[in-house]
Amino acid sequence: MTTTTETPESPESPESPEVQPEPRRSWLKEHSELGVCALLLALGVLVLTDALTMDVDITQRGPIGPKTVPLVVGVGLLVIAALLAVDVLRGGHGEAEGGEDVDLSEPADWRTVLLLAGVFLATAVLIDPLGFPIAGALLFWGAAFALGSRRVDRDPLIAAVLSLLTYVVFNNLLGVPLPGGPLMGVL
Amino acid sequence: MDALNSLMDGFGTALSPINLLWAAIGVLLGTAIGVLPGIGPAMAVALLLPVTYGLEPTGAFIMFAGIYYGAMFGGSTTSILLNTPGESAAVVAAMEGNPMAKAGRGAQALAAAAIGHFAGGMVGTILLVALAPKIAELAVDIGAPDYFAIMVLAFIAVTSVLGSSRVRGLASLLIGLTIGLIGLDQMTGQQRLTFGTLELADGVDVVIVAVGLFAIGEALWVAAHLRRTSGEAIPVGRPWLDKGDVKRSWKSWLRGPVIGFPFGAIPAGGAEIPTFLSYVTEKRLSKHKDEFGKGAIEGVAGPESAASASAAGTLVSMLTLGLPTTAVAAVMLAAFQQYGIQPGPLLFEREPELVWGLIASLFVGMVLLLALNLPLAPLWAKLLRIPRPYLYAGILFFAAVGAYAVGGEALDLVILLVIGLIGFGMRRYGLPVLPAVIGVILGPAAEQQLRRALQISDGSFTGLVNTPFSVTVYAVVVLLLAWPLINKLIKRGSSDREDQDQDQDRTVDA
Repeated sequence: MTTTTETPESPESPESPEVQPEPRRSWLKEHSELGVCALLLALGVLVLTDALTMDVDITQRGPIGPKTVPLVVGVGLLVIAALLAVDVLRGGHGEAEGGEDVDLSEPADWRTVLLLAGVFLATAVLIDPLGFPIAGALLFWGAAFALGSRRVDRDPLIAAVLSLLTYVVFNNLLGVPLPGGPLMGVL
Repeated sequence: MDALNSLMDGFGTALSPINLLWAAIGVLLGTAIGVLPGIGPAMAVALLLPVTYGLEPTGAFIMFAGIYYGAMFGGSTTSILLNTPGESAAVVAAMEGNPMAKAGRGAQALAAAAIGHFAGGMVGTILLVALAPKIAELAVDIGAPDYFAIMVLAFIAVTSVLGSSRVRGLASLLIGLTIGLIGLDQMTGQQRLTFGTLELADGVDVVIVAVGLFAIGEALWVAAHLRRTSGEAIPVGRPWLDKGDVKRSWKSWLRGPVIGFPFGAIPAGGAEIPTFLSYVTEKRLSKHKDEFGKGAIEGVAGPESAASASAAGTLVSMLTLGLPTTAVAAVMLAAFQQYGIQPGPLLFEREPELVWGLIASLFVGMVLLLALNLPLAPLWAKLLRIPRPYLYAGILFFAAVGAYAVGGEALDLVILLVIGLIGFGMRRYGLPVLPAVIGVILGPAAEQQLRRALQISDGSFTGLVNTPFSVTVYAVVVLLLAWPLINKLIKRGSSDREDQDQDQDRTVDA
């Protein structure tokens, strides 16, 4: 009843620790969750540094100024980082999230993720010079390609129609301005 | 009968052609989203947040509520025909619904589910009409300390009730609170975590956080683990029920809301727990216990009714107290903030047209949904054939539209990707996403209420607990925090009843 997407029949509890005697090489892989602790720790230090270096006006009213909550959050992050580290070292595991299109039995496909992130960044760069209709179409086509679609006839057509349609709906019907770019200048 | 008059006015609002159109769009989108894998109602509402820039609030919320209810309807279709629940709320529907479909009774399973959703939604919404104004009236005097207490309750509930690990829930909440800190302090104008950049001074827009965590994070996560073979849906005809089916189901339809509604109103994870409890109840009460696991219609009818009723319960807490109990409610709260509307007891006084129009539209939406789902279920099932690359490319596409629409800044797309990657990492390491979203949405508001309360009391911390309301809420918080301990004590104390407990456990495991 705890994890959301597991099949209801699965008998083992999601928290059941799996400590397996593995060779040393894979120890880090097994405990890669410690990286999360490190990130939380770094975040906590960042928040605390920012809070402590604030110069606050003395004219504030009440005992709580703009520093207080960041200090609490920062300390909280440090404490949680430590607690999580203890949990992981004791054999606790965060359950990777399942889903109907998710196949956790295969190793993660990092190539696709990097490709998608790249396509997304390219869109951020291209959206101002090219305008939304073109940049959006490239985003859809690029993402579909990265995800394994190879229909050279159908993919760009769907991308173009979707992008143009979205542009018209948002820009003209809903009144949310999107940049038209050179294409709209021509039309 | 003030509520009834207001409701009638609400119908006036909801039945205007433009709002009917939004309700229809909402339930259509909602059903599609419920059927489609990988995209849930919270993600859908998050992706649609940009419409709040162009649409008036009543229409937007009517559409969002339609999506919420519609997703409940649609989710069961996937569960029954494909054995892959579209939403976490529909997990239980697969347990009896799929065996029914395999045995050639898919049409009956779909009908039992659709009518169950209709019954649960109707009863739930009637309870909403009856209870919400009363709660709002009781809570109308609440001030800063009370609001702060409610938000503390939301933080604690979302981290300790949901998910399997409290530490991971708290980690997620703190990540959200940190993102919420970025920008100018609302009371003094002090820059926090902006690192001197102008772009971060406005803070990270909540739309970007919600879209990043729910949509980008999910799409990247699925992309990394995309299942290359997808199951085939069981072909099915038009849903119908014969007399025997109705005779077995009608009590379950009416029992569902009794379980679903209260669970929706408290922060206990939305429809997941009540659907399961309803399933267990139906199994215990059924005269056909031997059929459970092989396709018992009561096991579809009851839980589905509970699921829709829980959606109505969720709206009670959100509208009257501003307390989001599910991910969808959290994103809807973000939409309220976009409009500068504070949900809470005063909402019923200040925005009667919006609230009652929204509630009336739920009834309208329910009728539309029944009409859409009962005859058209086989058609909806065809949506399952959409190629996965298009589905997830589309999610990324609309996420980009949403983030860009916030301020027309290309930099927002980069921030969106960064938050999406955080969401990816959270999914990888089992950090629940909801606490982070609640932290971003409620964090800044909670800080403000805290400081306001302490200003009123001139710095005395008794100012946080000087109302009966806040004391009550803190008592609930303490109870939640101590629950695992209490639970252990109860179990130890009742060792003489162990046999009975074990018996119950066995039922739950089944």
